[in-house]
Amino acid sequence: MTLTDPEPTVSDPRGRKPVLEAKRLVKTFGRVVGLDGVSLELYPGEVLAIIGDNGAGKSTLVKCLTGAEVPDEGEILLDGKPVHFRRPQDAREAGIETVYQTLAVSPALDVASNLYLGREERRPGILGSVFRMMDTAGMRKRAKEELITLGISTLQDVTVPVENLSGGQRQAVAVARAAAFGSKIVVLDEPTAALGVRESGQVLELVRKLRDTGIPVILISHNMPQVFDVADRIHIQRLGKRAATITPQSHSMTDAVAIMTGAAQV
Amino acid sequence: MTQQKAEPAEAEGRRTGSSVPTSQLDLATEFLDRTTPLGRVRQALHRYPALSPAIVIVVAVIVFGSLNPRFFYANNLSLITQQVAVVGTLAVAQTLVILTAGIDLSVGAAMVLASMVMAQTASQNGVPAPLALLIGLVVGLAAGALNGVLVTRLKLPPFIVTLGTLSIFLALTLLYSNSASVTGQSMPDLITSTGNTFNVAGVNITYGVVMMLVLYIIMAFILNTTAWGRHVYAVGDDPEAARLAGISVNRVLMSVYVVAGAIIAVGAWIQIGRADAASPNAGTDVNLDTITAVVIGGTSLFGGRGTIWGSLLGALIVGVFRNGLALAGLDVLFQTLAVGILIIVAVSIDQWIRKVRK
Repeated sequence: MTLTDPEPTVSDPRGRKPVLEAKRLVKTFGRVVGLDGVSLELYPGEVLAIIGDNGAGKSTLVKCLTGAEVPDEGEILLDGKPVHFRRPQDAREAGIETVYQTLAVSPALDVASNLYLGREERRPGILGSVFRMMDTAGMRKRAKEELITLGISTLQDVTVPVENLSGGQRQAVAVARAAAFGSKIVVLDEPTAALGVRESGQVLELVRKLRDTGIPVILISHNMPQVFDVADRIHIQRLGKRAATITPQSHSMTDAVAIMTGAAQV
Repeated sequence: MTQQKAEPAEAEGRRTGSSVPTSQLDLATEFLDRTTPLGRVRQALHRYPALSPAIVIVVAVIVFGSLNPRFFYANNLSLITQQVAVVGTLAVAQTLVILTAGIDLSVGAAMVLASMVMAQTASQNGVPAPLALLIGLVVGLAAGALNGVLVTRLKLPPFIVTLGTLSIFLALTLLYSNSASVTGQSMPDLITSTGNTFNVAGVNITYGVVMMLVLYIIMAFILNTTAWGRHVYAVGDDPEAARLAGISVNRVLMSVYVVAGAIIAVGAWIQIGRADAASPNAGTDVNLDTITAVVIGGTSLFGGRGTIWGSLLGALIVGVFRNGLALAGLDVLFQTLAVGILIIVAVSIDQWIRKVRK
């Protein structure tokens, strides 16, 4: 089976090397073809949105990029080097962090604990090595610094249990966790699906700040206005293939929907 | 100078919730501050789950002490601590399991099995006492590991798993011991040493009670200051969020049941000392007593919320109520009645506290 890679409609204007690149990914589930030779490029400091109808392969594509699924064929390059993710932990260790729509934070734990959940830091010396004591004060301090860097001014007190926060703030905690600790890429899977209008706005603002700090973002969303508001480029999935990659400047929302549904071709 | 002025102004704004419009959190704090006194009580209980049992025990001690001065007699206080030792120890294991949103109905049965193995290997098989204790520890660990494997591998609800292992451990105990008790005299001194006492200010304290307290201190330290402790809470709070944060939920659950097994073995040793015997029929209600202690201690049956010290308070409350009501001349039935009411009140308070969550 030879697969012709549809050329990206919009190549990177500044001729940079992609941070993350997927080449001709194929993933089948029995006889169902989830991905039929999809390629994708993510460049430094950009927000790349992925849109597509249900069953177009958005989720499968993202799952392959974040290690939740292993593609049957094709390769994924991170900083130009091939990577093979077997489980989400592999992708995380390589610097790809994912935020899910389900507000995946631990409600009873405080903000700092949530930021460091699963990667707690220990106190130096014998207290940490023998007694396994966590560096609670240090983690709180660094959590605060991290939140300030991301411009999340609404979360001053990192000792507040997350359940006392609004949905938007909880998602902000999840995004901050993904962006912290030197991650290379942040993947946001429908981050505003569970949120109201105002809270969605807060999260989108955070996405922009994330990009401004130099972390490229992949944003999966159903919400066209949001996508056109925040994305630098838009990858359109259709029937397991990449139909096109456009920019909010080159195409209108109507064009995007037309490409998504197959009414128009690029 | 201007900065110095700005700070108190901001602090003022935060307290009254009037200014700092950009800060969402201050709006949240303002909302909480505006609530009724009852709301504040709820907020405090939410933050410190052991607060309500602490209040209950102080009130109970004052009331029972004034009803009958004998309550404060040294030998009576000593008796309460001894009566609490076994349930209190097993409540440490029960707290761990309940924090992960599980429940362990087999604690009592596993303890009796471990105690029979300790007693019988030492008294009848001529195994040296330290080795007998070690074999008992292995039995406890194996019992915990069995629960853990069934919960994590077969994905069965902990309630069902431990309901099954409760019967299994009970049957194994009776098969192993031929339904016969082992008396204290036939055992080496080390095995029954947990019942020996020393005197502090006129109150006789058993070594078993000391071991229980040491277990509480160790477990409080682990739960509060180690990553493992935090993961136990996270897994009970929201297992999916914990998994997405990179925590191996199954590994945490497995370790919790194994650690619970080790604590159960310690409980078995304390039980032998307390009864000066090992009986296959001892501790049939201990499982429910530990759950009672944990629940009265403010730990949520839904997991992720509670403290280990609350369980000690819970065990003490049950001990104090039973003792105090007996001293007040009430029938034993009223003790059971009181414990039942305590449980329902404690769980109602937990439900009420949990409503803080939006």
